[in-house]
Amino acid sequence: MTSKLRVNPIACSGHGLCAELLPELISLDEWGYPVIAGQAVPPRLARRARRAVTDCPALALRLAPAPERPAAARPAPGRRVPAA
Amino acid sequence: MSAAAADAAVAQDGPAAASGLPRLLPPPGHGSDLASHLRTHGPVPYRGSARALIPEVRAAGLTGRGGAAFPVHRKLEAVAAARPGRAVVVGNAAEGEPASHKDQALLHLAPHLVLDGLQLAAEAVGAGRVVLYVRHDVLAHAGLDAQIAQRSVRGLDRAAVELVSAPARFLAGEESALASLVSAGTAVPRFTPPRVFERGVDGRPTLVQNVETLAHLALIARYGPGWFRGLGTPDEPGTMLCTLRRADGSVNVAEAIIGTPLSGLVDSPGASAVLIGGYHGAWVPADQVPWLTLSNASLRPAGAFTGAGVLAALPADVCGLVESARVARYLALESAGQCGPCLNGLPSIAAAMGELAGLAGRRPDPRVLENLSRWAGLVEGRGACHHPDGTVRFLRSALQVFAAEARLHLQGRCTAASGRPFLPVPAGPTTDADWSSP
Amino acid sequence: MHDITSSTALWYASRATGVVSLVLLSAVMIIGILVNRQGRLPGLPRFVILGLHRNLSLLAVAFVAVHVLSAVADPFVSISLAAAVIPFVSAYEPLWLGLGAVSLDLMAAMIVTSLLRGHLGRRTWRAVHWLAYASWPVAVLHSIYSSKDLQSGPLLYLAIACILAVIGALAWRVARARAAVPRASRVPGLMDDPHLVAGGR
Repeated sequence: MTSKLRVNPIACSGHGLCAELLPELISLDEWGYPVIAGQAVPPRLARRARRAVTDCPALALRLAPAPERPAAARPAPGRRVPAA
Repeated sequence: MSAAAADAAVAQDGPAAASGLPRLLPPPGHGSDLASHLRTHGPVPYRGSARALIPEVRAAGLTGRGGAAFPVHRKLEAVAAARPGRAVVVGNAAEGEPASHKDQALLHLAPHLVLDGLQLAAEAVGAGRVVLYVRHDVLAHAGLDAQIAQRSVRGLDRAAVELVSAPARFLAGEESALASLVSAGTAVPRFTPPRVFERGVDGRPTLVQNVETLAHLALIARYGPGWFRGLGTPDEPGTMLCTLRRADGSVNVAEAIIGTPLSGLVDSPGASAVLIGGYHGAWVPADQVPWLTLSNASLRPAGAFTGAGVLAALPADVCGLVESARVARYLALESAGQCGPCLNGLPSIAAAMGELAGLAGRRPDPRVLENLSRWAGLVEGRGACHHPDGTVRFLRSALQVFAAEARLHLQGRCTAASGRPFLPVPAGPTTDADWSSP
Repeated sequence: MHDITSSTALWYASRATGVVSLVLLSAVMIIGILVNRQGRLPGLPRFVILGLHRNLSLLAVAFVAVHVLSAVADPFVSISLAAAVIPFVSAYEPLWLGLGAVSLDLMAAMIVTSLLRGHLGRRTWRAVHWLAYASWPVAVLHSIYSSKDLQSGPLLYLAIACILAVIGALAWRVARARAAVPRASRVPGLMDDPHLVAGGR
């Protein structure tokens, strides 16, 4: 069972702690907001990832379990499917 | 042979006659009042129990007409899982898209189909609360409270319908923003998950459907899935309302069969490009129009999709980059300002588009295209809602379709003869107060 | 000097650790108030500042613990252990000591919720953490009026310095918040920024 990092962009106010704690997976864009690498968190970084989640001053970062295999492709209700 | 054929529907005795238009809009000579509606369609065909209607909706293949084209039966099933009386149904007539008029036209011309659809959806999901969410200026003129009162006098409605006034903001129709406002908040998007079908209005499972979708639902419930599939394509059955903006500036709403050749709906002569879908849609060059039909199957390979049904033909003497820059500025101003990438990125993108279009009064910086590309990549997928994504889609299509024009602009030239604004872009203040129910 | 009884030693210990606690808690308040997007000392990473806030608060807890326990153990004044957490029940200075108990209770709530941060919702944690604005002033009142130490001499100046420093930090933060434009209204301002050219900021 792997996990993925996800940020709540509304809660995030760009403190940037996450990027300091986990530079392998999180970098800051030119406005100071986190850009999170899309892949699963490797086991060796798991502890630091958990720390980044706990330490975020805005509690905007979360670690969600990601399925090992991608689910059968189906759009979530209400989501716009982008043009091909 | 053109849009005139689409809206001058062949006179018939209502949709019970198997072929032809119109279905949603009343036939010529028929009124929009309750008596005419009852003569043409009869009373609301309740099924008598929750979920009973859902298999028919599934067989009909009805998809949402608000822009996302999501299968309606899936939404109904998801919300119907709630315990009886818990769910909320909201008919969405926010029509935040400035170039679209179909929802207000429908509310004026066929309000009772929408109201029927609302009742049927409420029954199907066992709703305890039913809301019709209408943009404030449309609400003021549509006389909906009178229509609802008449129905109630006749005992047509089983659920009471609340009218909620929506602000005239682009994102007011976004489902989480809508749920937020109806819950007595402001109409700004919320972070998902959970989606509104799980936790929406007041934390309850909420079904949000565009009013046109509800009108189609009301017809399917009467005439059946087979009838519904009688027009349209096998993968995209039925008809849809389109807002047609012609190069001469005229605008009208027409009901079109899905799969209709676009050339039957828009005049390409006199146009250089066509905007399809809306301000989160895409441009296509005019010379591609003869090969395209009004269906996602045809439009997706061209980089577009039916969306909110806007078809706007850009006159050849108007600059596509200028129009796109005006829209980009509007979209940036319509950001809810909640998410850093959107709040910062969209204004940067809009300013760069303005400079490329020549609106900044100086020759564009040679780095403008590179910056636009970088910022587009930075905002995509990083907001709580899809506003940045849609904006990027619109702008990328503009830069592609008007690429030759862009090269000229970088040299300080523009081929457009006219500086007149074409696409409707509302002006107006942007304050926090504007996000609340007026 | 000579003949210092254990009682006097305990009483001194309590008062001394009380003073240190006040200074530490004031420092914790100041760091907490100043931490925001721009609240960063040059060269110091943000997680260091956060770490400082946390570690100083835990250090303060340690000093407060010694402060409380030595006061309870001291037979000279009648302060029961219960009085340390239940406000206004002590025989000695019930009001001012009671305020100490109030402050301690609030601090305990803040520490516990912060340790469980990852498991509580964002709103719950924030709501409890705002109690800091009640806990610290109450601690100040307790410090000044429970004994006469802070009411004259160098300790008075120390107390005044702590109070002014926290008030100053708060004033700065409030002024910035007032001047800041609400998020949704920030967009038009950004649109008209003369520096917003194609080359970016």
